[in-house]
Amino acid sequence: MELVCPAGNISMLKTAVDNGADAVYIGFKDDTNARHFAGLNFNDGTAQKAVNYAHDRGTKVYVAINTYPQPTGWSRWQKAVDVAADIGIDALIVADTGVLAYATEKHPNLARHLSVQGSATNAEALRFYKQQFDIKRAVIPRVLSISQVKRLAEDSPVELEVFGFGSLCVMVEGRCLLSSYATGESPNTCGACSPAKAVRWVETPQGTESRLNDVLIDRYAADEKAGYPVVCKGRFNVDGHTYHALEEPTSLNTLELLPELQAAGVKAIKIEGRQRSTAYVSKVAKTWREAIDSCQADSQSYVAKPQWMHDLASVSEGTQTTLGAYNRPWQ
Amino acid sequence: MKLSLGAIQYFWPRQTVEDFYQAQIDSPVDIIYLGETVCSKRRFLKPAEWIDLAKELSAIGKQVVLSTLTLIEAKSDMAGVQRLCNNGDIAVEANDMGAVQLMADKSLPFVAGPTLNIYNAHTLKVLHQQGLMRWVMPVELDANTLKDILADADEMGIKDKIETEVFSFGHMPLAFSARCFTARFRKLAKDDCQLVCQDYPEGLAMDSQEGEQFFTINGIQTQSGKIQHLLPHWKQMEEVGVDIMRLSPQPNHMTDIVQRYAQVINGESTDIDVESLLSAPACDGYWRGEPGMDYIETQAEA
Repeated sequence: MELVCPAGNISMLKTAVDNGADAVYIGFKDDTNARHFAGLNFNDGTAQKAVNYAHDRGTKVYVAINTYPQPTGWSRWQKAVDVAADIGIDALIVADTGVLAYATEKHPNLARHLSVQGSATNAEALRFYKQQFDIKRAVIPRVLSISQVKRLAEDSPVELEVFGFGSLCVMVEGRCLLSSYATGESPNTCGACSPAKAVRWVETPQGTESRLNDVLIDRYAADEKAGYPVVCKGRFNVDGHTYHALEEPTSLNTLELLPELQAAGVKAIKIEGRQRSTAYVSKVAKTWREAIDSCQADSQSYVAKPQWMHDLASVSEGTQTTLGAYNRPWQ
Repeated sequence: MKLSLGAIQYFWPRQTVEDFYQAQIDSPVDIIYLGETVCSKRRFLKPAEWIDLAKELSAIGKQVVLSTLTLIEAKSDMAGVQRLCNNGDIAVEANDMGAVQLMADKSLPFVAGPTLNIYNAHTLKVLHQQGLMRWVMPVELDANTLKDILADADEMGIKDKIETEVFSFGHMPLAFSARCFTARFRKLAKDDCQLVCQDYPEGLAMDSQEGEQFFTINGIQTQSGKIQHLLPHWKQMEEVGVDIMRLSPQPNHMTDIVQRYAQVINGESTDIDVESLLSAPACDGYWRGEPGMDYIETQAEA
């Protein structure tokens, strides 16, 4: 199984490579990728340096071009695909059907992966992308249970990559417009969810309020840790009850499922978090490298070591880690 | 400009569904979409029964389209979608690329639903080659973007071969999850959900702590809290190239709403106000290129 790690800048990329990533994924400095954050990502020059550094050490580089271009921006997505091809990356991670068509026609020999934002949850959908664009791999949404992942792996015409660790979307990726409903910007259109420019923190006698385009997302008492107001992670009122109506701030950790994922034939484990720090990717890459090596050496006796779990918990957003939808405690 | 009725997004009892469609026999809608698009556990009507109902409505002269499930996870989900795609007679709205593939396999034309993520004409072209005959624009896109998409489609020579539909009225489908938020609210596990979503014929209002209706919980689907209402923009929509306005069924006053839309479009009335017929405030922000929840009351252009 391949370990695919995130890099939001050259320092993170080097750290990921040095700590055992088999592949690193990056994005360009614009809205062509789903982590379009200020100060993050690569320009043509740094991307070329990234590719050189990784390739010199036997590590692959994937480029995420995984938002959905609208007509006025189309040329940016074309350019992103062309630049990625020019600098010699190993695969494109694409969501949009039009961009896949362009990449297939213009750079037929450059491998194409379907992004998680492509939202393919079933074998027929994967067959569509295989037939149309001969995709090599698909990253599958985090909504599937482990048994569904296993069945999909049996039927899939392409390699599967699954999320192993990082922040958790409760909604199916590529099919969540909550952010644009509130702010005008969404992952699909802008590569942004609950963008920082729409966030406002207000101190009030009732506590600290987090607001997204003025909508009250949550209110924290003095002894509560305030979280970033991601649109789905607030406390809302439903029929007189105030609670995390959609999702509590937790993050995903599938370390315990590694033998099952391996047995299912999953080809790659993806780590979320291009927006996180060098310290984050260092710890996560190192831990997962050890875990994957341990599982591949002897999956029968594999156990997720307490030290690994501890290390991963120390870099989780929200302090809790869960198996996410893979084991579905709420099912 | 034609009017369509989207598939019922909520879990209504069978009799309510049948009565609802019975009431459409004389209604001015041109196209009726029907089927379960949200949750495969909602089975008051099974796929075969939806097909039967579609055939009945078709027989009385309505253009009918069967809508498929949006989030297809289990093989049993796919079996239901296959059943609809194999009906051999009635057109199908594909709400997932899996359904597109099934229709393309049979070389049958299909309608591309609003969750297929068609954000540009290049995507439209690929899907048209696979059989797309009509598409429903993603709800988050705006008038200018649609204009640009259709201009590009025109250059590609496909604009006149496809119809464009826009979600124009109702709580908008915004997100889908594996998790059921209605069951979560009722503190039930999803496998033991007891189909409690049938208790909420227009979903569950999810408000900010200040009482602003933000979203609407509808099982695994999250909808807008406010109700999309694009009738004030209908002339601009027609100019841009929209062929069909989609109205999403709500449990109350739906006949009146359809009438209001039809009368304005037919030039029989200039009354675009539907406020008294709504359970939540209206919104139109997406169409204007603003956050979807925004609303600017516009004067009747008719």
